Amino acid sequence: MTPATPSPATPLEVTDEDSAASAKPGTPKGSESRSPGRLAWIRFKRDRTGVISAFVVIFFFVVGILAPLIAKLYGKDPYTTYGMNIPGLLNEFNYPVKPNGGISSDFWFGIEPQLGRDVFTFLLYGIRNSLLIATAAALLTTLLGVVVGITAGYLGGKTDYFVGRVIDILLAFPQTLFFIAFWPVVMAIFVSPEENTPVWLTVTSLILVMTAFGWASIARLLRGEVLALREREFVEAAKVTGASPARIIFKELLPNLWTPILIQATLLLPAYVTAEAGLAFLGVGLSDPTPDWGVMIQNGAKVYQDDITFMLFPGLSMVLFVVAFNLLGDSVRDALDPKTKR
Amino acid sequence: MSSTTPLLDVSGLTKHFPIKGGFPIKRTVGAVQAVDGLDFQVAEGESLGLVGESGCGKSTTGRLITRLLEPTGGKITYRGQDITHAGRRDLAPIRSEIQMIFQDPYASLNPRQTVGKIISGPMEINDIDPEGGREKRVRELLEIVGLNPEHYNRFPHEFSGGQRQRIGVARALALEPKLIVADEPVSALDVSIQAQVVNLLQKVQRELGIAFVFIAHDLAIVRHFSQRVAVMYLGKIVEIADREDLYGNPRHPYTRALLSAVPEATVEEEPRERIRLTGDVPSPINPPSGCRFRTRCWKATEKCASEAPPLVQVEGNKPGHLTACHYPETAGTVPAPRLSKDPEAAA
Repeated sequence: MTPATPSPATPLEVTDEDSAASAKPGTPKGSESRSPGRLAWIRFKRDRTGVISAFVVIFFFVVGILAPLIAKLYGKDPYTTYGMNIPGLLNEFNYPVKPNGGISSDFWFGIEPQLGRDVFTFLLYGIRNSLLIATAAALLTTLLGVVVGITAGYLGGKTDYFVGRVIDILLAFPQTLFFIAFWPVVMAIFVSPEENTPVWLTVTSLILVMTAFGWASIARLLRGEVLALREREFVEAAKVTGASPARIIFKELLPNLWTPILIQATLLLPAYVTAEAGLAFLGVGLSDPTPDWGVMIQNGAKVYQDDITFMLFPGLSMVLFVVAFNLLGDSVRDALDPKTKR
Repeated sequence: MSSTTPLLDVSGLTKHFPIKGGFPIKRTVGAVQAVDGLDFQVAEGESLGLVGESGCGKSTTGRLITRLLEPTGGKITYRGQDITHAGRRDLAPIRSEIQMIFQDPYASLNPRQTVGKIISGPMEINDIDPEGGREKRVRELLEIVGLNPEHYNRFPHEFSGGQRQRIGVARALALEPKLIVADEPVSALDVSIQAQVVNLLQKVQRELGIAFVFIAHDLAIVRHFSQRVAVMYLGKIVEIADREDLYGNPRHPYTRALLSAVPEATVEEEPRERIRLTGDVPSPINPPSGCRFRTRCWKATEKCASEAPPLVQVEGNKPGHLTACHYPETAGTVPAPRLSKDPEAAA
């Protein structure tokens, strides 16, 4: 043992996730510089899958936002029972007369059996409602998860322990079962059984319930990230200069947490779209006549043995959206965090 | 140094990290005695080197002085003001005067902030508006530490280890401190870069008159940089002296062993005799009784086990040269190496 021999230099850990990209093509000239965010954007633009997925996702959002406008230009709405009002569209079994679900130049995606509503506008509004619910739930979930996770991680100690156990319980909870079993009970508290449940109440409670069960995983992830970050020397450096806890959290920690937050949020949204559709299909949450992806699939399932077209449009569009969004999430992760190799 | 009030006065500084254990109810079952009763002073503009092997409590000491850690006991006085248990708000005016340079230049800079933001951050926090604006000041600082002011908008990942450490130095200088605690500022750097950074720190110390607590395990660098040197072993200072005294006339056996282990660059005719310490550093959870070095000391006796030697000026030392040993080495003699240690003493 020769104690005074300088120990080998501590391994130069590449802590900056973007330093892998410092071998970047072309050196920045002068004082021009590339922020980690900008480097990620450059990486993202090179990822063809990501860019295409992004366009698909943007397309769906635009369609959802502009649904009333599109419906107006198209000249129909999702509630009118065209098949019943206009004779000649439905046959004596109340099925569309024309093949493939009654697709025609007037009804692009056909008309529904029984009621004869327009499938195209119903789908537009379905996308609109589903995305609204999923986006709101994803945003709320992320917000709650981030706040709880950072608080638990930064404070540590008893707070962390308590929050950790709550997260354990939530993650061990059979959510879908809970929804199905308790949904009618919860609704009965707010609305008497004789009345119709107002749509806004259904939507709000859906968002709240999904948020209540969804924040746990994000909170756990961020807690871990914060635990790792708060021991880093740049946090100590900020403390030495007298930074307040608020400044440390918002200026030092949060900028380093955008990567996991963004990744989680982009993976959460498609999960919520499917979850919401799944619930609607099972008869929980939104129900006919409110347009919704899940409601459409439910309606389509009733008649799929006779005509699969009604299943096809909502099903395909949802698959397209969810796959595109998940691929987008993957690309975002690859761009922000190039160390996670697939 | 003793004529005026010292800039920093540390007395009996102690830090014990509790060890929690037990199930289901956790309780304190022991303590890591990382730092156990340190006494030293730092005068204005002086550089005090703090050396010792890994785990001897050097870094803990640095973090206690900057109040990143809460001391368990003892007293830290900065310019006559007791800052031992001062809260964040009480510390605010002193924060700008005591700064820190960190060991790992890869972890001590926030990867999401530009160099400009990193260096101006301390000024922002302390509401300091230098003449000509913060940006101008940052550019000045970048120039002082030998970086291009054009680097203002760059991010840390675009710099090498040495450059990053310069950024860290600039950040510490941003508040015009009186005291900088440098926690192994060069040990993570390449040897060729180490000299550059040490010279930069030396320039800063001389030109700006900043006092340093320079923590290192490299004796050569400490010798180059510090006017006074304290040797630590297992949470205690075993010897503290002016540079020439400590390197020329080490009185504590541990200091002597450390110095004899410094690799030599010249090929002498007679290779210098090395003192090989056997065994490992005892655990700071349960340090040896009496003198903490006794388990590895070739001179240890009963007295060493029962009685902790005080840090005093032993006979034949110059003033200010303090040694904590019952049987100090005599000047000039090189002790014979002992390869075996007494197993009884280790108990």
